Amino acid sequence: MKLTISKSANEIMQQHAIELFPDECCGFLYGHETEEVRTIELAVPVVNSKDGDKKRRFEISPLDYMKAEQCALQNNIGLLGVYHSHPQHPAIASEHDLKQAMPYFSYVILSVMDATIADIKSWKLNEENTIFLEEEISNEQ
Amino acid sequence: MAQLIIPTPLRKYTENAATFNTDSITIEQAIEELTTEYPDVKQHLLDGSGKIRSFIKVFVGEEDIRSLAGEQTELKDSDVVSIVPAIAGGTYDLLLTTHD
Repeated sequence: MKLTISKSANEIMQQHAIELFPDECCGFLYGHETEEVRTIELAVPVVNSKDGDKKRRFEISPLDYMKAEQCALQNNIGLLGVYHSHPQHPAIASEHDLKQAMPYFSYVILSVMDATIADIKSWKLNEENTIFLEEEISNEQ
Repeated sequence: MAQLIIPTPLRKYTENAATFNTDSITIEQAIEELTTEYPDVKQHLLDGSGKIRSFIKVFVGEEDIRSLAGEQTELKDSDVVSIVPAIAGGTYDLLLTTHD
């Protein structure tokens, strides 16, 4: 399935990733989807609640997750995924990302090199939930 | 009747149901009722011994059941029960990916 990211969502993710560099940032992605296209319309930053090394790890608190689900239900919009940054690392999903990944979600990763966005990729689990497949991204202008 | 909120990533296993109403007395019974109604969701919620998986948290309102009576936490009619997956990750050296 193709992934389209709105200009505003893209700007919010990139700004968040640069602001928090060299720490990892994270947030939720909302939008709508058809059988062919998943469209990210909104990116909402949340706190990286990971205790310890935020330069290499991120975690979203259960309460923030519950709020995200409530927001989606109340606004009739889909909670379609999560974004996070990889400071000084490529936008490639790691074993650590895979271990805790959920089905269905798009995992957008922003590679930030020296406080500059170097690459953005999106990953989604395959049907068997065993490996990540890269999603084709098209950015809305 | 208590209400379970199914997290979005697991709704593909619950015929897209976002909520599940239950008269069960405990969390354990409510989860059992849910997985009986939707068997495909079971492997994502429970481990091999039938316990809630470590990366799944269950909240009654805003209370983690681990700070209550765990899976034996009793439910009241008005309770809203959230099933919350762990959302975490980060950088690492070993790459386990392929292209679509």
